[in-house]
Amino acid sequence: MMLAAPVIAVALTLVVGAVLFTLLGHDGLGAILEIFVKPLFNPYRWQDLLVKAAPLAMIATGLAIGFRANVWNIGAEGQYILGGLAGTGIALATLDMSGGWILPLMLLAGIVGGMAWAAIPAVLKTTLGVNEILSSLMLNYVAIQLLYYLMRGPWKDPMGFNFPQTAMFTADQTLPMVVPGTLIHLGVPLAVAVALTAFFVMTRTITGFQMRVVGLAPKAAAFGGFGAASTVWIALMAGGGLAGFAGILEASGPFGQMVPQFPTGYGYTAIIVAFLGRLNPLGILLAAMVLALTYVGGESAQTTIGLPSAATGVFQAMMLFFLLATDILVRYRVVSGRAAPKTARAPGKAEAEAKSGAKTGETKVVTA
Amino acid sequence: MTAKAAAPRLELKGISKRFPGVVANDQVSFAVPAGTIHALLGENGAGKSTLVKIIYGVQSADEGAIVFDGNLVQIGSPKEARALGIGMVFQHFSLFEAMTVLENIALGMDDPPPRRQLEARVREVLDSYGLSLDPHRYVHTLSVGERQRIEIVRALLQEPRLLIMDEPTSVLTPQEVEELFKTLWRLANEGCSILYISHKLHEIEVLCESATILRGGKVVGSCDPRRESAKSMAEMMIGGSLKDLSDKSDCSYGEDRFTVSGLSAPGEPPFGTSLKDVSFSVRSGEIFGIAGVAGNGQNELLAVISGETQAGVTGSIRLEGRELSQLSVGARRKAGLASSPEERNGHAAVPAMSLAENAILSARSRMGLASGGVIKGGAAKDYATRVIEAFSVKATGPAAAAGSLSGGNLQKFVMGREIMQNPAVFVVSQPTWGVDAGAASFIRQAMIDLVAKGASVVVVSQDLDELLELCDRLAVINEGRLSEAMDVKGIDIEKVGLLMGGVHGSEIDGAGAGRAADPSHAPAKRPEPAL
Amino acid sequence: MSLDLLVAILMTIAGAATPLLIAGLGELVVEKSGVLNLGVEGMMLIGAVTGFAVATTTGFPVLGAFAAMVAAALASAIFAVLVLTLMANQVATGLALTIFGTGVSALIGAPFVGITTPTLGTIFPDWLTSTPLLRLVFGHSPLVYLGLLLTLGVWWFLNRSRAGLILRAVGESDTAAHAIGYPVLKVRYLAILFGGAMAGLAGSYYSLVLTPMWAERLTAGRGWIAIALVVFASWRPGRMLAGAYLFGLVITMELQAKAAGFNMFAPEFLAALPYIATIAVLAIISAAKRGSANAPACLGKSFRATA
Repeated sequence: MMLAAPVIAVALTLVVGAVLFTLLGHDGLGAILEIFVKPLFNPYRWQDLLVKAAPLAMIATGLAIGFRANVWNIGAEGQYILGGLAGTGIALATLDMSGGWILPLMLLAGIVGGMAWAAIPAVLKTTLGVNEILSSLMLNYVAIQLLYYLMRGPWKDPMGFNFPQTAMFTADQTLPMVVPGTLIHLGVPLAVAVALTAFFVMTRTITGFQMRVVGLAPKAAAFGGFGAASTVWIALMAGGGLAGFAGILEASGPFGQMVPQFPTGYGYTAIIVAFLGRLNPLGILLAAMVLALTYVGGESAQTTIGLPSAATGVFQAMMLFFLLATDILVRYRVVSGRAAPKTARAPGKAEAEAKSGAKTGETKVVTA
Repeated sequence: MTAKAAAPRLELKGISKRFPGVVANDQVSFAVPAGTIHALLGENGAGKSTLVKIIYGVQSADEGAIVFDGNLVQIGSPKEARALGIGMVFQHFSLFEAMTVLENIALGMDDPPPRRQLEARVREVLDSYGLSLDPHRYVHTLSVGERQRIEIVRALLQEPRLLIMDEPTSVLTPQEVEELFKTLWRLANEGCSILYISHKLHEIEVLCESATILRGGKVVGSCDPRRESAKSMAEMMIGGSLKDLSDKSDCSYGEDRFTVSGLSAPGEPPFGTSLKDVSFSVRSGEIFGIAGVAGNGQNELLAVISGETQAGVTGSIRLEGRELSQLSVGARRKAGLASSPEERNGHAAVPAMSLAENAILSARSRMGLASGGVIKGGAAKDYATRVIEAFSVKATGPAAAAGSLSGGNLQKFVMGREIMQNPAVFVVSQPTWGVDAGAASFIRQAMIDLVAKGASVVVVSQDLDELLELCDRLAVINEGRLSEAMDVKGIDIEKVGLLMGGVHGSEIDGAGAGRAADPSHAPAKRPEPAL
Repeated sequence: MSLDLLVAILMTIAGAATPLLIAGLGELVVEKSGVLNLGVEGMMLIGAVTGFAVATTTGFPVLGAFAAMVAAALASAIFAVLVLTLMANQVATGLALTIFGTGVSALIGAPFVGITTPTLGTIFPDWLTSTPLLRLVFGHSPLVYLGLLLTLGVWWFLNRSRAGLILRAVGESDTAAHAIGYPVLKVRYLAILFGGAMAGLAGSYYSLVLTPMWAERLTAGRGWIAIALVVFASWRPGRMLAGAYLFGLVITMELQAKAAGFNMFAPEFLAALPYIATIAVLAIISAAKRGSANAPACLGKSFRATA
């Protein structure tokens, strides 16, 4: 049941996508094969998949913790950039040093950088009640300008022929490969570890319980002693910290320096990953692979069959649309299936329910 | 009664309505002649609300026919009902808080005249029925009685031939009830039929000339309430007798255990009532009642005592001398203060979570359901199971979702969850609201048993009869102010009614002797069939 | 400062404000009906690319503006079906709509990158725009006037018309509106479609008036600013007008500073200014009045008619 909606959503995306792209004058079926099937049979593409899935999974895991509690942090893109920048700051300060402490310090700085950026919407929300959707999103645009400024000005590599980018990181500042001779860097196992930890936190700890209760019934959360402010902070620190972590892992891994092209929309795509993974960290690992496939496959489809690069975004958005649509259908079956046997022996319950419904407004279900 | 039409104003023939797993109405038939006030009596869940929704076109019947003024009619929507001349005043008003009285009235009409003309007509109706209401006030500034007047005016503007009133007095003070009855009698004299839904037998005895009694969706009897005793009607309604609560007269009170003094707090946004200098104290072994019409600060008071509201709160809350007002919700619970808010679904319990998880919600620290921030799943299941057994909760087990339980069973679970933590003080709002008679009596007994063990209980309720039955002392809350506490024995019902209506202190003392000292004979009081 | 320059600046402000105003008024009506549509940015992009494509292919920018409204309204219909009929989460669906709009517009627009189009210029005869002051009155794109008329129209609709009263009632208490017998979902469908059309029109302003060309993500987050302005305006059309022109001023400051070679701030800071200003404005408005009574009580919640 948990898997039904995402699987249906992906399947519908493939079918409708094939039809849509055929209508648009492309080779629809070819596009589907090229994007969603062929990369799976290519070992080199598999490495690429894992490398792209890792940051998506990590960011989505952080976002999902907040989404569970209806804290809508959509500023992961900016938090990812700030994480990358904070770690880069350490790297630039330690360019002529060496030692095993440098990389851990960079990673820590990345986490803190993401958290600091997420702290802005958190403070605004908890002290003034500013809607976190808008504030966190606005900060994405600000983060990009900050990146451009640093690349064009203070952090520009003096030896870089005036290109707006930093110096290359040293060996001590670069993420090691876990499988020698491949692209698979330390970030991949770290993303899995983060997801497993998050799974434990969400299902077995009071903190995870708090996030779930807040999302399902905010007044019950207050009754249970869970403060609204602490929920907002936990959500945004988890989201910001993990986005920042993903940011510095990308900077110190695949990029190896900081460049203006650093933001690639992972922060937005991770929102889709979080939903496709049903806000469950284990589901998110799977969903991250699916979304990584759209990137990897989308790239190869550009060269092989000339599919426009924008097609990737369309596939991703369709997946989210179909998920949101099918999710509700599946949920309905669950609900009606559960309610039926027990009402049988409770005559008059419908009336009592109709009353309590009118009073609590429980017909206005906010689904997440 | 007028003799204009030989056919009854409304006649129902074999109305049936089924919901998945429930028969809400089963072959219901009765008739309401023109110009009469007809009562539809029944317990919560007897099918009254469903039936009137069918008459008003909100829902459609699966079987049966509706005859209106001798014509067979199909009522597909409230609009069609209004076109026939059927007006309705809902139990929970269909009002829009952030809009004015006039806007609300316009919204309730199918073809309202331009606003100036409408205002003139509204003032006309208000004058002719002697109702006071300012058409330009925003609804959120009005009292409950005034809000009901909007609905009544809205219905009267359509010049109804049948007016349906769904539990209209459940939120009114005794004085407001008398005003309402005058309006209804006048309407009936003008030829309008009234279908009056209630479970308050004394009101029906006074107001109605015929009654149909529903139980489990079926018509189980009809009578002339003026000739019937409340007891006989109650028996028809309940279909059996319920066990009496154990006598608690022999229990002795201890020291003051729970003291609230000078408590003030802002209202819940956007339209809540602020608390103003609330003080009371409760002894051990005592049940203390807080009476009052809904929306007078009860929810705010409960949230301030439980700790859910902390911002802007001044005053002190002491449990056995210990100051709690600076403590968090969790710390207050640890100190022995348990609470249960009015709303079960979504406030006292999370409907989508299991009973075991709902046990964690408020019992995790006192019952050791978590350690070091990690949930002890087994312990939570055990505790939920114990609550289910001790409070005879009808549920499949601790894994059942709270939302799958009926209202009464969920309330039993919530009450059990708090009571079995052995709190020193238990503050509960509307303990039996929307709960069937059997569960209500069980819950009341559980509270009596808790104080018998030496705890203190504070019951906030709109149901004055419940408080008179259960409490040792009570005070009345009105617009966020709490009156002096009064001993329930020998209480002056008229004074309570005036306090509920917002008449304070000295004004009452000057009003002379109260109407009745013995609650069991008070005219404003109905015999509680559940007890 | 010469009169010419002053008039030019004032006209730039009106130009920068107009798309925010039009999209914001659309969203205001949607939110007043109780629905939060976060897809404004996506719908604006769809409008921008559609308007551009139709204007370049047909040579009629007016046709482009109409097509933009239709296309964005169609996109909003997807949103409407999901959140109203299927009761999907409004926040998630709105985000999906923005992601969708970004992708689809890039896809449709790919062949149009680097082309210019006929613009939606002034509608008044030349002699009416011959002096700076006349230009200030008559020299704008027709959409500028439309934005002003729309403000008046939306105000009248919400506060004076019966349909507007019903729309507000639906946003205030969907259960009560349903109990009285108003078609909650129908009202919300219409509101969402109107909001979509307005977002599309606003989007076409970017590709047909401001910059007569198409580029990916042309609207650069302005849709989000429009949503923020609804909060800033406390759901009042008049304040929406003020807010949009205030932001027009902020955006113009950026443009003018760049044009004047003003070096005191990094250009990146100026580019970030509208977004920082948005956050600042939200913070001020939230601090000033918490729990605003004018916010529709049902905003963002799904409605299911009880059987």
